[in-house]
Amino acid sequence: MSAFNQNRSRIVQLIFIGAFVLITLQLINLQVFSTKYKMAADNNAFYRKVIYPDRGIIFDRKKRAILENTISYDLVVIPAESKGTDTLALCALLNIDTATYKKRMRDLIFKNGAVKPSVFEPLLTTENFARLNENMYRFPGYSLSERSVRSYPYDCGAAVLGYTAEVDTGFLRRHKDEGYEMGDYFGTTGLENSYEKILMGQRGIKRFIRDNKGRIQGPWEKGEFDTAAIAGKNLYSSIDVELQKLGEKLMENKVGSIVAIDPKTGGILCMVSAPTYNPNYLTGNQRKKHLVDMMYFDPRKPLLNRTVSTTYSPGSTFKTLVGIIGMAEGVIDDQMTVSCGGSYLGCGRRMGCHAAGTFTLKPAISKSCNSYFAVAFRRILDNANVNNRDITLGLFNEYAYSFGLGRKLGVDLPSERMGNIPTSKYYQKIFGKNWQACNIISNSIGQGEITTTLTQLANVMAIIANKGWYYLPHLIDSVEGGDDYEMLARFKVKHRTKNIAESIFEEVHDGMQGTMEFGTGAYAKVPGINVCGKTGTVENAYRGESLKDHAFFGAFAPRENPRIAIAVMCENAGYGATSAAPIASLLIEKYLRDSIAGPERKAKIEQLSNMNLIPPQMKRLMKPDTTRKVNIKKVIAKN
Amino acid sequence: MNRRNNNLAAEGIDYTVIWLYGILVSIGVLCIFMVEYKAGSNWLSTFLGGKANYSKQLIFGGVCALVATFILLTDSKIFTAFANLSYLLGILLMLATFVLGKNINGSKSWIPLVGGFNLQPAELCKIFTSLAIAKFISRQQVDFSNVKSQLIAGVIALTPAALSILQHELGLALVYLSLLIAMFREGLPAQFLIIGSCFGILALATLIVERDALSITLTILAGLIIFLAYRQVRKKQRLITITAILSIWILCVGVQRYVVPYIFNNVLECYQSTRIYSMVGKDYDCSLNQKSNEKVTGKAARKPDDYNVRQSKIAIGSGGFFGRGFLKGTQTRGKYVPEQDTDFIFTSLGEAFGFVGCAIFLGLYLYFLFRIVRIAERQRSTFSRVYAYCVASILFFHIAVNVSMTIGLFPIVGITLPLISYGGSSLLTFTVLIFIMLRLDADRQMVLR
Repeated sequence: MSAFNQNRSRIVQLIFIGAFVLITLQLINLQVFSTKYKMAADNNAFYRKVIYPDRGIIFDRKKRAILENTISYDLVVIPAESKGTDTLALCALLNIDTATYKKRMRDLIFKNGAVKPSVFEPLLTTENFARLNENMYRFPGYSLSERSVRSYPYDCGAAVLGYTAEVDTGFLRRHKDEGYEMGDYFGTTGLENSYEKILMGQRGIKRFIRDNKGRIQGPWEKGEFDTAAIAGKNLYSSIDVELQKLGEKLMENKVGSIVAIDPKTGGILCMVSAPTYNPNYLTGNQRKKHLVDMMYFDPRKPLLNRTVSTTYSPGSTFKTLVGIIGMAEGVIDDQMTVSCGGSYLGCGRRMGCHAAGTFTLKPAISKSCNSYFAVAFRRILDNANVNNRDITLGLFNEYAYSFGLGRKLGVDLPSERMGNIPTSKYYQKIFGKNWQACNIISNSIGQGEITTTLTQLANVMAIIANKGWYYLPHLIDSVEGGDDYEMLARFKVKHRTKNIAESIFEEVHDGMQGTMEFGTGAYAKVPGINVCGKTGTVENAYRGESLKDHAFFGAFAPRENPRIAIAVMCENAGYGATSAAPIASLLIEKYLRDSIAGPERKAKIEQLSNMNLIPPQMKRLMKPDTTRKVNIKKVIAKN
Repeated sequence: MNRRNNNLAAEGIDYTVIWLYGILVSIGVLCIFMVEYKAGSNWLSTFLGGKANYSKQLIFGGVCALVATFILLTDSKIFTAFANLSYLLGILLMLATFVLGKNINGSKSWIPLVGGFNLQPAELCKIFTSLAIAKFISRQQVDFSNVKSQLIAGVIALTPAALSILQHELGLALVYLSLLIAMFREGLPAQFLIIGSCFGILALATLIVERDALSITLTILAGLIIFLAYRQVRKKQRLITITAILSIWILCVGVQRYVVPYIFNNVLECYQSTRIYSMVGKDYDCSLNQKSNEKVTGKAARKPDDYNVRQSKIAIGSGGFFGRGFLKGTQTRGKYVPEQDTDFIFTSLGEAFGFVGCAIFLGLYLYFLFRIVRIAERQRSTFSRVYAYCVASILFFHIAVNVSMTIGLFPIVGITLPLISYGGSSLLTFTVLIFIMLRLDADRQMVLR
């Protein structure tokens, strides 16, 4: 028998304790000091399901929904359960071949695993949905899952209403703390973008527990910490959808834009950017294809909102402003006359003109006499009382600014441009310190460096109609349930121009009414309504090539109690009186009378709509099929 | 002897151990219940149905209670009498698995029995080996301080271990090594343990440190020791000292450069090497492994992963200080940890009850072990003492290795958590082990041979 190794019993116990201490230390490390395991566990086990609220609906001024939600269906598959599916039948229904089917299935399994539901075909068309729905029993493992998508019931207002798109990494980086995550949709353009905060509503979150294969096991803590989704608020817009539709119809086959404003409120009645497209194109499963087509392959750039994001020289429509400023500064009066032999030669360089004769202000506006406004502009700048052109031009610009030019107006649409009212600093750089009025004489007739957006021009018409005040043009009048984000407050502020006597506006109104009765806008007369208007024809060139003039028309009506101020422009349409002016007259009639009276006027709609004024430089670049694509709108309307 | 015959069998039984045994088995059933539980399902009906693992475990528990009672009612002399015979039977059974064996989870170590039950002889052999070693050491003619008897005891312990390795049950084989602790108590020179742990440390260093760097470190270390020892030692002994140090140095470098890689590449299976490497956070290149090359020629070696350990650590780590609460563990409910009702049962406990729960649980185990050591030390009979030490060693090894592997301190080997893990074989083995000890302890006044 061995010796009594009693002391070794202590050593054995020490070994036991040593091992247990080691284990305890590691447990402290894992459970007490390390947080990463807890996070890893949450990543493992929680499945956060975002419950999407319905986005808010946008109504027009007569409470007709122009942007709403509809239900679309995704074909969802759980690959592990899809054995026994009639693959051939499914392929036939979806119009894909088996190779595509297999590839999609492989990709889905690779991305999302075989036991989790994945979207096999998103946003089914109604026919596909109907056909699939009848045949679902043949496709085990497949199901139809509904989701809310945007829909535009009137097929119009694409540029104004905008569209939504899935968020990308760039967007997520820029909007870090706003709770967006991959797979969310947000308003990319138009009102969808401007009022994203209101329209998006509040997403709900449900937490589920999932197992090691990603299968949902049930709600976490019985849903105690889940939040419910709150639908986005509805918006009431000042748009008149019928007017919008008519405007879009009239602008078919043209490049240009229309803005009509209610001068009393600043609410925009219609806002057309041509060419337009059916906004529903950007909601279905062909969305990406359509978007790419329009973005890269259509030279007319249908995605560009030409009402706020493009600036033009306003042309002769600007003359009204020159006249008003001249009168307000007292450098011209209603008695002043200018004789014109068909061109203005005062600056040594011939400036062509459409009219000849001797004019006071009123007929000068009506007949759009260049010479008269050249003289007026020189008088403003060469004001003997001031004798400093830098100051006089500054004064002129202050008037222009007070008419909403040269600055961003603040329309509730994204990517508005500011236009340009050039300052004396700019001219000093070009012409030196002693620049002359003659250097910038083109500005007098709204050409040269002066540029405005069409919305600014419509706003000028509204200001003239109001005789010196305006509200910021805007599309949204009110938010259902209150404007929590104070987004509409700025549209309730009344803006005034620099102090201008009412009589001056009367004078200009007279001239503009004359335009319609015996002047350049005679084509645009609206029977029985006193319309005040002004045509504009703007020379332009594209890459050195001289092109047909842009046609402009600005107007408001009725003169006695203006309810609509409108600006229309057609790119490269030639003389403004034949295209832009009649379009404006039809819209005015439609808005004021609610319908177009008489077969003759109705025929005019068709005639104008069919008039093809697509600029030749764009026509050359247009592929035949893209022309057809944009006209699909018609095809769909017929169906 | 007479007194013993006249009294109730219950006299002298250590009830503390029985209580601890009962508590641990109950914790085990609860843990298995946590793993199996599904929210919303009617657990009472599944429980009564007897289909779920926790109800099966309860049935095993009942069987074990019967067996335990039976053991307590027997005469302790029977264990000394049949010790060698049972050992022989155990070895025969293990050999039989090579013929009758059924493949479960990749190891062919199970013998199918009637009624769908399977027997793992290697598990039972733990009892028989413990008895045999106790029997051998307690023989009057054996002087455990002599090398020959130490070798014989070693052979007794390592024969079933060798057979287990052949059955691809590395974990079970390692358990037999734990009997060294019991032998150490009986006088096995401490050098065995020291050299063993040195080899372990060297092997670990080989894994962690880059090969050449380790060689250089060892060389520098040897040089330093020679430099320091040179003047301390008398002239006559210098040569011997230096030779000794140099030979140790050669041995260490040899082990580090050749023996350890050889073990990984030629002795161990690819998956075993992978697990050991993954413990220190490294990838093992399976193409180096001789065995895997024989099997899958031309096939690219699959990239191994440490999914089990990672998920196990996540589950335990997510418990935090106080745990998520009973049945609230997300990882347990989501079945993220594989084998969670058997080898990884500790994770469910760690997640539900956190550090506090784990500490209490481990404290319970430690108390259990100390209690067994105390029982061992109070024996008059060498047989009983050695046997009790064997029980303590086996339990300790199981607990330490199982818990260590779930928290990433030890490579994954298939070793159960005693009395907690699901499984009849395991529970029965430990029950028999513990209750034989209790029986022997009840008769501690006797001198058993």
